[in-house]
This record gives sequence, C-alpha cells and structure tokens, in this order.
Amino acid sequence: MITISEMNKWYGDFHVLKDINLEVGEGEKIVICGPSGSGKSTLIRCLNRLEVHQNGLIAIGGIELDDNTKNLQRVRRDVGMVFQDFNLFPHLTILENLTLAPQWVKGEPKAVSEEQAMKILKRVAIADQAYKFPSLLSGGQQQRVAIARALCMNPKVMLFDEPTSALDPEMVKEVLEVMVSLAEEGMTMLCVTHEMGFAKQVADRIVFMDEGRIVEEAGPEEFFSNPKSERSKEFLAQILH
Amino acid sequence: MRVTKNPDKRKLPTVVAVVKWSKENLFSSTLNTIASLTIIFLILKGLGPLFKWLFVDSVWEGTATTCRSSSGACLVFLKEKFVFILFGFYPRELLWRPIVSLILFIGMLWWSKEPRRWSKRLLWRWVKLLALIALLLKGGLLGFESVDTQKIGGLPLTLILAFFGMIFSYPLGIILALARSGNLFILRNLAICYIELVRGVPMISLLFMASVLFPLFAPEGLVLPKLLRAQVAIIIFMSAYMAEVVRAGLSSIPKGQYEAADALGFSYWQKMRLVILPQALKAVIPPTVNTAIGMFKDTSLVVIIALSDLLMTTKTSLKEPKWLGFSTEAYLFVACIYFIFCFSMSCYSRRLEKEFSSRRKG
Repeated sequence: MITISEMNKWYGDFHVLKDINLEVGEGEKIVICGPSGSGKSTLIRCLNRLEVHQNGLIAIGGIELDDNTKNLQRVRRDVGMVFQDFNLFPHLTILENLTLAPQWVKGEPKAVSEEQAMKILKRVAIADQAYKFPSLLSGGQQQRVAIARALCMNPKVMLFDEPTSALDPEMVKEVLEVMVSLAEEGMTMLCVTHEMGFAKQVADRIVFMDEGRIVEEAGPEEFFSNPKSERSKEFLAQILH
Repeated sequence: MRVTKNPDKRKLPTVVAVVKWSKENLFSSTLNTIASLTIIFLILKGLGPLFKWLFVDSVWEGTATTCRSSSGACLVFLKEKFVFILFGFYPRELLWRPIVSLILFIGMLWWSKEPRRWSKRLLWRWVKLLALIALLLKGGLLGFESVDTQKIGGLPLTLILAFFGMIFSYPLGIILALARSGNLFILRNLAICYIELVRGVPMISLLFMASVLFPLFAPEGLVLPKLLRAQVAIIIFMSAYMAEVVRAGLSSIPKGQYEAADALGFSYWQKMRLVILPQALKAVIPPTVNTAIGMFKDTSLVVIIALSDLLMTTKTSLKEPKWLGFSTEAYLFVACIYFIFCFSMSCYSRRLEKEFSSRRKG
C-alpha cells in the first residue's frame, strides 16, 4: 500500500528525515512515536506531499509522489488526513464541511454526498450537529467531524497527525474510540500519537523515531516489553513513568 | 444604548429616560461631565451660526441680487442650478432619461443589498439593467435620440465611473492578489510590478496618460471616448489597491486551512474558490469598503481631463458671472451628495459584517 525507500528531507541545511525506509501493507495500523522534533509529523505530512521530500521514493497505491499534480491529486483523494488542530472550514456548516470535497473533487451529486455524510456523522455520533457551524462544537466534537470529513472521501489510508494533542483531557477518549472502531473495520492507518494505550490496543507495528531516523520498528508487545535501542528505553521510561 | 436592552428601563416615560440616560452616559464622573459640557458648548457655538446661516438668514426666493444683500445662504442659487449640478450638459428636453436611469440604478442597488438574493439570476438582472441604462443615457437605438458621451455628466457620470471602477477592479484585484501570493515566479513578479508601479504614481497621472498619451500611441483609427479611457484608468488604479486589500485577507487565513483543502484533494482553483477566498474576502470587508469609498471620491479627479462629473458641474455652475461667489452653498450641496453615498456604503459594510459573523455563530 505504502512504500517509502531511502527518503530524505531537509529544511534548508537542517536534515529532518534521514534515510527513511518503511513498508505498510493494506489494513495495517502503524503508530509512529518518538520525542518532539524527531521528524514524525514531517514524515506523515510527506505522505500526502504537504511536505516535499528531496530524494528517495514515496509511493502510495503504486503511484509515486513527485511534481506531477494529477498523480498527487489522485493520491490525495485516497489518503485522508486528520490534523492536530482539526482545520475544519469555519465558514461552512458541519454537513457542508463533509460534502464539499465529495461534491467538488469526486463530482458526487448533492443528495448522494449528503446521505453518505449523515451516515458517517451518525457513526461518529454527532449527526445532531450537522447544521451547526464548527465554532459551536467542542474540541472533541470538532476532531470527530474532521475524521468524518476525511472518511467521506472513502479513503484507502488514513493519516493522523497527533489527533488528540490539542484536546482537553476529557475529550481524548471520544476521539480515540472513533479511531479504534475505524481500526477494527480494517482501515489502513498511520498515526502519530503519544497515546500509548491506543498504540498497545490497535497497532500492528510501532515505529519509533529519533533525530530524523527510524530507530526501531516492532510489534507493540515487543516494543513495550522489550525495546531494543537505548533511545526507545529512555523514551518509554519517560512516557510511561 | 445599553439602557434600552434592560426591559425595566424601557417602560420609563421619555423625559425620565432621557435624564437617566444622560446621567449614566454623559455625567457619570467629574471628568466625563467636564468633557461633555465642553463639547456640547463647542458644538452649539459652532453649529449656531451655521444654523442661522442656513435656516434663519437664508434666501429662498428672489434673484442673485437679493442673495448678495443678505448674510444667509443663497438657496436660490441651488434651486436654479441643482439640475445642472446633478446632470451636467445633458440635453434638457431628454432629462427624463438620466433621471429614470438613476432611479432604476439606485432601486436595483437597494434590491441587491440582501445577501440572500445573491444568485446568478441577480447577476443577469444587473446585466440587463445596465444595458437598459446604457441605452437610456447614450441612446442611438430603438428610436432613442443619440446623446454624445461628452454630454453625460454630473451624478450619473460619477456613479458610472465609481460603479464600473468597483465591479471590475474587485475581481481584477483578486486575480492580482492570487498571482502575487502564489508560487508561479513569472506571474508573481508581474503582479508585484503592476501593483507597485500603479501604486507608485498618483491617479492624476494615470488619468493624464489615458487622456493625452493613449491617443498618441493608440493604433490609427482607434478612437475611444474619453469616458471609456478615464474608466479604464480608474479600474487600473483601483485594482492595484484592491489587490493589496485582498492579499491581506489571504494571508490572514491560517496555514491549516490551505493544508486541509490540499489534503482533501482540491485543485488550486477549487481550494481558493471554495475554502480560502470566502473566508479571506469576508475578513477584509472593512478595508475593501474603505478603498471603495476612497475611490468613489477619487473619481472627482476626472475634472482635470475635462469630464464633467459631479464636482466639475458644481465648479462650472459657479463660473456664471451672475453666481460668482456662492461657492459655499455649491460645495456644501455637493458634499452632502458625496456624503450620502459614502455613508451608505459604510453602513452597508457594517451590516454585511454583522450578518456574516452572526451566520457563522448559527
């Protein structure tokens, strides 16, 4: 599904991502973790080219990401993204937020896209807010709308960039629940997060990054009980207390 | 104003309410009392003579000679000249045509002010209306007697220049702003050159270029009416300013909005049209209207290339030997007209802002 090989990225002189190699199969759930500044967000943002990598290869569903905008748009249609700050469109209602892309990018008729949007809103349990504007919703609700918005495009892969980091603690659970149910349905997911409980529960593999490198890649059980590198041991000690 | 929100106080008899309101708003503290009294005193002192001049000593009937013997405002002058000030040299026997045009135009503006009426159909209605107005003003078709464009003057001319200036420079400004904040090297630099060059020269020089230089360099046989050339100069000038206003709006939109739109697979134009511009343009309604008001008044600069707009007709009416020296009356009158239009624009912008922000709150 996703292939990254020998990928490097620089911000000016700063080498953010170093020789990244990663294979993600269909239906796999990957949790990317690591200390801040380790390049994990940048990595996930490279996957739909919100950040441009300088060399190496990234291919999604067999399409390589390069300057070809046609290919890029095809990839972006199939790759849903959820941001830390939700980034809902404040000038549109919840329902319009959900139907905008299906209508304009996929050319779905209004009625079809609205029906699907309502179905998905029910799934994330906020169908009753459909006609409100985003600013009236709580953070947790907004993030669930953001997930729903991505799902409305029927993506094959979902990318999560620290989806719970901007939330008040009591709202983290409702968002994680949606993500768990999504994982259970077999969605291919890449998730940058500090929620280690979530990682234990759903991840097929954990990718640990430090200073722009993938330091360790292991199943959750192995990673949490028997981390190999010194860096991951330190990190786990800090995060799990 | 806050007082009226309280239901208890609304029931008070007027006099008591006024006293209560003044106590709360004008004399709430020593400093406030001093300030209020001083300002009220100054206003009375200033407005008193104006009131006397305009209403008590003013001359309503008679001739220029009667006016000269009085110390008040000469309203006889306005009575005699206001048709000329409003409509310039337009043939008197055809005067109904600009009058009807004016009524239709203002009526249509009034009708279009509700955002809920904005649609493609409204756009078509406008196109039809403008065609009708063009026919009425210019004539030459369907049995309407033709009128030289040079003869169109006064308020209709000012409104034509301002209206077309605004509706063309707004989209042009948006395109320039997009080019300037985009990442296509040539387009970006062209937009920067255009904006900086146009902003760097006074509008008067653009108008001169349009009226003097253009005919020199234009291909032979191409003769554009002066009105059209001035109009183009105004659009060129105004679009540079609009571009900067829109650009400010574009950069006020958080990066996350661009990224969210990108991530959903929108093309550049879809992203701009559906996500970014609706937010950006709303955010800059006040500076947009500010620019529009400035431009409305700047149209009076066409005086210098001898188009007879509202200000020019006012000046011309003062040149008649009989009426020499009544400039205060004339300019006060024309100032009132400008004020009515500019103030309406400013009120309307406040209403639009309120409407858009309340809509967002559901």
